[in-house]
Amino acid sequence: MNVMSAPNLQEKLAILSDAARYDASCASSGTSRRDSRDGKGLGSTDGNGICHSFTPDGRCVSLLKILMTNFCIFDCAYCVNRVSSNVQRARFTPEEVVTLTLEFYRRNYIEGLFLSSGIIRSPDDTMRDMVRIVRTLREEHDFRGYIHLKTIPGADPALVAEAGLYADRLSVNIELPTEQSLADFAPEKKPAEIRKHMADIRLGREAASDRSLQGTAAPRFAPAGQSTQMIVGADATNDATILQQSARLYGSYGLKRVYYSAFSPIPDSTAKLPLVTPPLLREHRLYQADWLMRFYEFSPDEIAQDGNLDLQIDPKLAWALRNRQHFPVDVQRAPREMLLRVPGFGTRTVDRVLQTRRHRGLRYDDLLRMGASLKKARPFITLPDWSPGALTDSADLRARFAPEPEQLSLF
Amino acid sequence: MNLMPHVTLPKVGTAEAWREAARACLSARIPPEAITWSRGPGEAVLWAEDEPPPAPKVGAIRVPENFVHLAAQVVWHKDPERFARLYAVLWRLRTESGLMQDPADKDLTALRQMERAVHRDLHKLKAFVRFREIGDRTAPRRRFAAWFEPAHFTLEPAAPFFARRFADMDWLIATPDLVARFEDGVTTFEEGAEKPDLPDDAAEDLWLTYFRNIFNPARVKTARMLAEMPKRYWKNLPETAAIPDLLANAETRVRAMAEAAPTRAPFYAKAIAARPAPPRTPLAAPGLISALKEEEDACTRCPLHAHATQAVPGEGPLDAALMMVGEQPGDQEDLAGRPFVGPAGQLFDQILRDTGIDRSKVFLTNAVKHFKYTIKGVRRIHQSPNGGEISACKWWLQQEVSLVRPKLLVALGASAAESLTGSRDGILKRRGTVESGPDGIPVFLTVHPSFLLRLPDPVAKELETEKFRQDLTAAREHLDKLMAA
Repeated sequence: MNVMSAPNLQEKLAILSDAARYDASCASSGTSRRDSRDGKGLGSTDGNGICHSFTPDGRCVSLLKILMTNFCIFDCAYCVNRVSSNVQRARFTPEEVVTLTLEFYRRNYIEGLFLSSGIIRSPDDTMRDMVRIVRTLREEHDFRGYIHLKTIPGADPALVAEAGLYADRLSVNIELPTEQSLADFAPEKKPAEIRKHMADIRLGREAASDRSLQGTAAPRFAPAGQSTQMIVGADATNDATILQQSARLYGSYGLKRVYYSAFSPIPDSTAKLPLVTPPLLREHRLYQADWLMRFYEFSPDEIAQDGNLDLQIDPKLAWALRNRQHFPVDVQRAPREMLLRVPGFGTRTVDRVLQTRRHRGLRYDDLLRMGASLKKARPFITLPDWSPGALTDSADLRARFAPEPEQLSLF
Repeated sequence: MNLMPHVTLPKVGTAEAWREAARACLSARIPPEAITWSRGPGEAVLWAEDEPPPAPKVGAIRVPENFVHLAAQVVWHKDPERFARLYAVLWRLRTESGLMQDPADKDLTALRQMERAVHRDLHKLKAFVRFREIGDRTAPRRRFAAWFEPAHFTLEPAAPFFARRFADMDWLIATPDLVARFEDGVTTFEEGAEKPDLPDDAAEDLWLTYFRNIFNPARVKTARMLAEMPKRYWKNLPETAAIPDLLANAETRVRAMAEAAPTRAPFYAKAIAARPAPPRTPLAAPGLISALKEEEDACTRCPLHAHATQAVPGEGPLDAALMMVGEQPGDQEDLAGRPFVGPAGQLFDQILRDTGIDRSKVFLTNAVKHFKYTIKGVRRIHQSPNGGEISACKWWLQQEVSLVRPKLLVALGASAAESLTGSRDGILKRRGTVESGPDGIPVFLTVHPSFLLRLPDPVAKELETEKFRQDLTAAREHLDKLMAA
């Protein structure tokens, strides 16, 4: 008989943070402003999250990101916590999660808590336990730091509505980019349930932002919005399909972010989904493309014209190289939407260009001081003291930007 | 030789003191090249003269607000020239009113760089201070202390952040330049100190455990970590002690994961799989024919199901005499799972009330049950369903008609007309007339309420709304006749 002693807090923390590391989000920004100057509660948020540390994977540590439990009745092939995995299991008591959060917070290690969980018994039971933890933090301990709660698809909308009262951010993972992939790798997860869940959160937020006729504000509901996560590279979906899915999610549910998580080796993997080197560069390009959709007025079809993103150069540069008929752009006259398409110009540079050219002419050096990356922008712009000449259309322009081909190595 | 005025600014309250002194110098018309500045007596100055600065003069000096914000940050920079550089720009502002609007000015660019450096250092201070508990854990106010070495003089401007965040405990942050102490809600500053000896704190072990385990060995990106957490901060961050080991073992751990053969599922996995599926909250909205909702949600007769949130079934009493059919759910209907709840639905409700039709007695539905849209930016834009989609969904509409068996159907717009009568053509000519529909039930034709919302001209809108009211009144009268017969 297999006798195991119950793990202590240190061991539980090891197991349940190890299991949580595949959640990409660690954001703690964009919530309502709060503080504890009244001397009663603990914590504050001022809109900007803080990265309190960085692990050697380059990721920010902003929140205590843990699972309530890694026991799970689902069998999702990509997940370390699936029922058929032999990883060691543990479960925090609600008090343990509360204590860890408060004690870490008091020492300025974290901005707050990101609580997720494997599914035990049923989505409703799991969600109810998670809500109890965040309610305890808020109501018993008057905790005013940041809380991100990963909600469980299929749980009662009433529980989601309650979670929204305590959490700054709610999220529900779309997991994989297509319905077919979900059916193949996460058979218990239902895409329709996930979408319905996102819709409920959007409606909850809209209801909270409506003021009643008396002008009293509705109770707050997930003021930092909702986000989701999509695993990249576990299935064969191409980048165009991924970005179209993201665009739909942003448009349909008002998501703050779609996180892309390169499928990464897990302990005790399944034969159904062989381990690969995580496609980190692809993940990076997807984030860049996502940014272009949200802030630079690009559509998914423009960005991933050939199905997949160019791994060697960034998607904006790739678009410019494919569409050289639009360049060079006259920086003194071009409209905002065209300036936004210049490689090496960020939104801030564009705003500064627009502001300055109302007063005076612009020179090459001005752009340098405004923070433009002229190494990238040079072939695509004209200024009174700069003309790219034949550079814009030169055949080797791409080669100037693309790195030397090399074996991509993990280490 | 003329003595050069020198301003010695205090170590605490530097920002306000600089502002006052700069105002005074400016109102005395002292040019930038004729004055030197320092923070505290110890800071290096180029000229060590001791002429006191002029007394502040009363009088309005107007300074652009964004300069005030810039100066409020730059004063904390460690560059001894910062005050002089600020004053030089302030001097120029007297005559160059558009200066602050020039993002490319050289003097301003230098100040903005300092501002960024201070901002970054402030941010790092707020992020990297690590408190240790120094008092009794059960005391009414717990006590914590930290040692930190900022790159600039950022403790004073950072202190309010800690006061807002950690108001229910006493804390102390010591830096080589200054010490901030927060006791019973009051912040005070003292001269800088040597690094204090802080007692061990058990929470630090838990923190290191967390740090080790949240790290993913398969995605090592040391450069990114170093860019955000430069080595100069490491000595005061306990978790960095774990980094060498994490890096040294990462490759081995990943290889071990890849090489491990898949294992057999644990004994309990089979038992769990054999259990009945846990109960799930049904997706059905509070419509009255939720039986159809689940079937409609599962429908894949056309591709629209893949991108919509859910099917939106008809809603209303199953014995309704009147059934009104719209085109398809919109953005709000798609989210809520109920028909006619968006802007067009609200307008429709109003007009129903005007014409004396009780919505709660009407069965309301759509020709197509899933929302069809395209994405523009971050919005969903309604797209009319095509013939194939209308025809695929006709089967569901027929189910609803057979269930409810209304006396009269009202087709709202061309798509509903197409589904109910087989033709979408010339709806404006056919409006107000009655044609034959499914199961021989008469179909009264009119426009869709969203047509009214799209009219930009308020006069045309009012005219069309009135026509729509007349149509619905006519439909109600027609129904009354049918009921009487």
